[in-house]
Amino acid sequence: MNSTPSPEANNPAGGQQDERLRKLPFWKRALSRPEFGALAGTILVLAFFLVVASGTGMFTPSGIVVFLEVAAQLGIIATAAALLMIGGEFDLSIGSMIGLAGVLIAIPVVQYGWPMWMAILLAFSCAGLVGWANGYLVNRTGLPSFIVTLAFLFILRGLAIGISRLLTGRTQIGGVQDHIPGDWLASLFSGEVGTGLFNWMASHGWIGTNFAGNPAVTGIPVSIVWWLGLTALATWILLFTPYGNWIFASGGDANAARNSGVPVRRVKVSLFMFTALSATVFACLQVMDTGSADTLRGMLKELEAIIAVVIGGALLTGGYGSAIGAALGALIFGMVQMGIFYTGVNTDWFKVFLGVMLLVAVLFNNFMRKKALEAK
Amino acid sequence: MTEHKPMIEMCNVSKHFGSVIALSDISLKVHSGEVMCLLGDNGAGKSTLIKTLSGVHKPTHGEMLLDGKPVRFKSPAYALDAGIATVFQDLAMIPLMSITRNFFMGREPTVGWGPMKRIDWKYADRIAKQEMAKIGIDVRDPGQAVGTLSGGERQCVAIARAVYFGAKVLILDEPTSALGVKQASVVLRYIAKARADGLAVIFITHNVHHAYPVANAFTLLKRGGSLGSFRKEEITREEVLNMMAGGAELESLDAELAEFQRSDQQQSQVA
Repeated sequence: MNSTPSPEANNPAGGQQDERLRKLPFWKRALSRPEFGALAGTILVLAFFLVVASGTGMFTPSGIVVFLEVAAQLGIIATAAALLMIGGEFDLSIGSMIGLAGVLIAIPVVQYGWPMWMAILLAFSCAGLVGWANGYLVNRTGLPSFIVTLAFLFILRGLAIGISRLLTGRTQIGGVQDHIPGDWLASLFSGEVGTGLFNWMASHGWIGTNFAGNPAVTGIPVSIVWWLGLTALATWILLFTPYGNWIFASGGDANAARNSGVPVRRVKVSLFMFTALSATVFACLQVMDTGSADTLRGMLKELEAIIAVVIGGALLTGGYGSAIGAALGALIFGMVQMGIFYTGVNTDWFKVFLGVMLLVAVLFNNFMRKKALEAK
Repeated sequence: MTEHKPMIEMCNVSKHFGSVIALSDISLKVHSGEVMCLLGDNGAGKSTLIKTLSGVHKPTHGEMLLDGKPVRFKSPAYALDAGIATVFQDLAMIPLMSITRNFFMGREPTVGWGPMKRIDWKYADRIAKQEMAKIGIDVRDPGQAVGTLSGGERQCVAIARAVYFGAKVLILDEPTSALGVKQASVVLRYIAKARADGLAVIFITHNVHHAYPVANAFTLLKRGGSLGSFRKEEITREEVLNMMAGGAELESLDAELAEFQRSDQQQSQVA
């Protein structure tokens, strides 16, 4: 019998780094991360507009806040979509959920005089239920989530239109803004954060002031805070928690995960609930911002979220991706959308650019995955 | 042979699927520190047998004893908790995930509590590396994707994981069938080691040459029934092979091969 050498014998230095493990330079290690492509893309797009859109106001403090806000809104749903896609599923009902959630907040408040917080809680509970139903059906029927959530794309949009026409006779509900002030829950979804700080910075002349002497940027919109918070939370979950490991495992190979004792069904249901809830966060922010709801809100948002996630390095087949990547994907999206506006290029071309970018991202990701599976 | 309680025992187990009798009246016992080789041709009932052992199927008749106590598993998770670990042919490894993530999949070690509860990556990486070193596979970086390992190494990760998490009975479904000679020997060496560590191993294979060196006993299945269990001392490699394929078929194969050889010789003489 040959005795197996103990780890100590293998490694006389005892618990030190393996001498055959080359310390790879930082950029080489970064190359194997899923979000590398998105990071490179972000830098590229940023550089492009820094040159092309310089002097147009895009990179003034208020211009930056504007494109960050666009990125933030998409980023909120993209984060959840990223977790779900890593978990091996899609949710095409996100956009319709945004429309429905907006209606569910606005109608009770405007039509029936509910307090804001109650309407928001109603919307979140309904979203939780929708997410659960999506997950349950996918688990139960074994149908691809593409089909199940496509059905919900129509069902939820139809419900939004049907309910609001039935109860109010309209498809647009305005007048929500009067109910926001003083509501404890609504304040989480409206206004700005750090206004004092920005005033203080303006008084020191660090940021510009407008003609009235107020700072050009009065604070960070709350949507950006939500975006960063959710991205941080999702990253924490993916990289450092057992639940994150289960998400990777469920998406990588559901059967293998189940054999190893991962509660795959529960993981998937919770991920579907998370996307529906994030759509509701999006809807809350939008309703508070505009003071109205519209049954057609959120159209195509599910696809934009998927674009952001894929640009962020996630694999459509699941098991691989990152929340930071999705955030960068959303940032690219925001920069391009506003950049095209600032540079005065006809915005009709925006979608062409988006489509091309998606294609490039997917090709690049396929290439990276092959790299990742080669012996380093 | 020492006559203590077998680690796992099947008593007259049958499994029916509707009108199909997949297993009929199977009895086998495996002691700890022993390797039982389960041999049989395609359709002999090997998969049904291991799926019954691992809790995927419930036996229609008969009972199973684990360490002398009767057991009945509701699902594979219960069997796993009871100490019966099955390494399926399709591995239960996820290629795009790191070795450590795979090793601890479903049983991640954590530190901290409440919202700060997180995977103890330092500990997990160290254990994964150490457990792999124990079986003679020197992992350079436990953070590398399992997809970068060879087939034999992947099997070993799966087995090492089962052993580390306290399996008492290890069921291996054709662990060597897709492997080359060198890689198969890595796995076989590890099976021998698991046996030496006191596990009861059930090793399913087609390949008598893989089975014979590590096995203590053989059970032969044919068409859902058992042809009996044999100690290694009682039976030669050729006898095993004979029974497995059904001696008559092998003899006719021999005759055919001899025929080929003769015609080959004739042709070479003509030429």
